[in-house]
Amino acid sequence: MSPAPVPAAPTSGQPWEVILERGKIAEFAEAMASGNPAYRGADAVIPPTFLTTAGRWAPPGARVDVGFDRKRLLHGEQEYIFYGSPSRAGDTLTARERIVDRFEKPGKRGGTMRFATVVTEFRAADGTLVAEARATFIETGRR
Amino acid sequence: MTAGGALNVGVEAKPREFGPMTRQMFVRYAGASGDLNPMHYDDELARSAGYPSVFAQGMLTAALLATFATDWLGAETVRRFGVRFREQVWPDDVLTCSGRIVEIVPEQSDDRMIVELTGTRQTGGVAVTVTAEFLIPRNASVYGAGQADPP
Repeated sequence: MSPAPVPAAPTSGQPWEVILERGKIAEFAEAMASGNPAYRGADAVIPPTFLTTAGRWAPPGARVDVGFDRKRLLHGEQEYIFYGSPSRAGDTLTARERIVDRFEKPGKRGGTMRFATVVTEFRAADGTLVAEARATFIETGRR
Repeated sequence: MTAGGALNVGVEAKPREFGPMTRQMFVRYAGASGDLNPMHYDDELARSAGYPSVFAQGMLTAALLATFATDWLGAETVRRFGVRFREQVWPDDVLTCSGRIVEIVPEQSDDRMIVELTGTRQTGGVAVTVTAEFLIPRNASVYGAGQADPP
């Protein structure tokens, strides 16, 4: 008898709250070597890649798992889309991840390369989609 | 008209250098981003994994390009920021950022500026490329100091 198939990981995670704080935005701006005043103060705007910090606050089990071997995991691409001006300090967003694409290619050095694209939606309190993050992960072929 | 000049296809930002990169920059980014992968600050671990030393988070190099781009075209105007990671960045590397407007798509009262940004190591190796979009009121000049002088 052949082994039971591994159950597919859920393609949607659970929503979690992301509170945009001025101190965190200023700290991120320092790490990106930016002195831009737009990233400082009570109504600081979030920098283009700031939403990468949202994952830090996801409760256990809320995020999706593409199931790749961490030792062979590469971050190939990362995109942020803003539907309007980027959010500001004081805003509270709801984040939720989903796996939108998976495919495989023969690896350049043998084995199979696997790809997965994870989209994180960020919504305002009224449900409006304000931003999306799109990450492409690659698992390199086993040599 | 401000010193920046008009925004037209082909206009380039004034290139800017970041670095030399330090382990402190990697640690600062690790803390700020919440990505605590020790491959970026634990040299012993990096060597045991076959690397010569720790290396920068790809997202740090992306964030440096974001600094460059938003000083040029504004922080509130950004609508898309898409990054491709190509080559690792190491301690003592200098990353030179360059940017160019490749397309302008008119919308109601704004122009959508499509720009390509590149982060290049001192070796000439391209570490990271970005395609970004900024929505800017029509006929505006850039307010930042990042634009190269007109020819």
